[in-house]
Amino acid sequence: MQIYLPIADLPVNVLVILAMGVAVGFISGMFGIGGGFLMTPLLIFLGISPGVAVASVTGHIAASSMSGAISYWRRRAIDVALCFMLLAGGIIGTAVGVWLFTFLRGIGQLDITIGVSYVLLLDIVGALMVAESVRAILRARAGKPTELRRPGSHTWIHGLPFKLRFKRSRIYVSAIPVWGIGFLIGFVGAIMGIGGGFLLVPMLIYLLRVPTATVIGTSMVLTLVTMASATVMHAATNHLVDALLALILMAGGVTGAQFGARAGQKMRGERLRLLLGLLVLAVGIRFALNLVLTPESLYSLRLADPDA
Amino acid sequence: MRRLCLLLFLMTPVALAASPAAAERLVTSLSNHRVMVTSNFTGEELVLFGGIEQDSASQPRRSGYDIVVTVAGPRQTTVAFRKERMLGIWVNADSRVFEDAPAYLAVLSNRPLDAIASTETLRRLQLGLDHIPLPQRASVNIAGSGSDDPFRVALIKLKSDQGLYSEATNGVTLLAATLFRASIPLPAEVPIGTYEVDVRLFADGAQIARAPAPFEVYKSGFEQVMTNAARDHGVLYGLATAIMALTTGWFASVVFRRD
Repeated sequence: MQIYLPIADLPVNVLVILAMGVAVGFISGMFGIGGGFLMTPLLIFLGISPGVAVASVTGHIAASSMSGAISYWRRRAIDVALCFMLLAGGIIGTAVGVWLFTFLRGIGQLDITIGVSYVLLLDIVGALMVAESVRAILRARAGKPTELRRPGSHTWIHGLPFKLRFKRSRIYVSAIPVWGIGFLIGFVGAIMGIGGGFLLVPMLIYLLRVPTATVIGTSMVLTLVTMASATVMHAATNHLVDALLALILMAGGVTGAQFGARAGQKMRGERLRLLLGLLVLAVGIRFALNLVLTPESLYSLRLADPDA
Repeated sequence: MRRLCLLLFLMTPVALAASPAAAERLVTSLSNHRVMVTSNFTGEELVLFGGIEQDSASQPRRSGYDIVVTVAGPRQTTVAFRKERMLGIWVNADSRVFEDAPAYLAVLSNRPLDAIASTETLRRLQLGLDHIPLPQRASVNIAGSGSDDPFRVALIKLKSDQGLYSEATNGVTLLAATLFRASIPLPAEVPIGTYEVDVRLFADGAQIARAPAPFEVYKSGFEQVMTNAARDHGVLYGLATAIMALTTGWFASVVFRRD
């Protein structure tokens, strides 16, 4: 069943896109992440230009995090105050990211930037997650209790000024790292077409020591707002958002996410983290090979911007 | 300069006198002048029918007629990038800007071009993918380099891989001595815009008649509305998309609610 995408300017098979949405939605529901880091490369592989893929996936992630955020809201697992502080940085980060995206597209270095960012982020985060979860699994095997959150353990981050108290998460932390994390997530999200959930969750846990109970819900709200605003900004500046593509992805994504969430609840935390780590690492290695191996064609074509 | 003018002046009557001698005329008809891209568009094949009209002045041709049809799509300024290895990774290093390169180009003929006319003639008439002008915007040379320029070769190669540039030496079929048919393949990725079709009649290695047959590729209502909205009302379009995303997400959480 072919359908012609008005902005991407090419026909795609609706069932293929829908299936991709379901598959990525399953993974995102299972791990509590947006799944943009999987969806964007898949779309590029189908022949959709990287710009349209990144811009349209932002809409898809906004939808899947919306459905997630609502269910976490019902369970009162969202720290609203922390969300607002992260958002303050996130919106600025998104705006800077969209601006840089437009600039890099103009000078023809967008693909390489997306490529290098993916490799660095995915490989580092993936490796850290695998290492951490393997350690946790080994510790569990040895019969030792799983590492508890140590409320007393402070890092240099806790020495920063402008301290705020976040009641729902029961943390007392400086506003500076919260803004910084928000900015970083918004920035990479806009450039790479990812929600940044797989970055945000570990950062909130390990840097700010936010308890696991509120971390995923809070991360989903942040993803929701940054991705919805990235959709608007991409549409306003680059005119690359394909609403039809986004709609098909959403329909599949929100469905898959429901089943993924059920599957995820049946698995143990460290196993889940190991799986996600391996997945992230595999995608990262795939991108690294792309950059290092001699490409099939050294040349690529791009339409010149009419206003450039 | 004055001598050149004089020379041209002297040549004019000769040229005028030459044309009635070659009195063939081309009559063409396209199967569709307006190709509509709808949501189920997967490409189309246009058929061009043509006849060669002779009159009392036309002499019999020794080798019969040859037809070359050049279809050129809307002009798009296209940038070709070349990757180079930098610090171990492949980066876009060098680029050339092709000014107003046709987004689509098809050269159809009834037999190989070099059998129809000499290379010299083909070059002069800018016929075939080897001779089509693809001017580059560059400080080095604005006129575009020779047909072996690597960027030019790459542009043609990449466009051909997408099915947007093609040269078919069997694209024109002579149904009778003075009747021909050409099929113009339009792939699904065909760009929107006005297409120029240039039909040329050859006999004995020389061009003796020429006729245009333009057509248009346009988006249908829904596709057009979306494209216009995205281009002209970016902020509103973005807001609508974002609201659609939030509604879809909310809808899913209601439908799949378990508690």
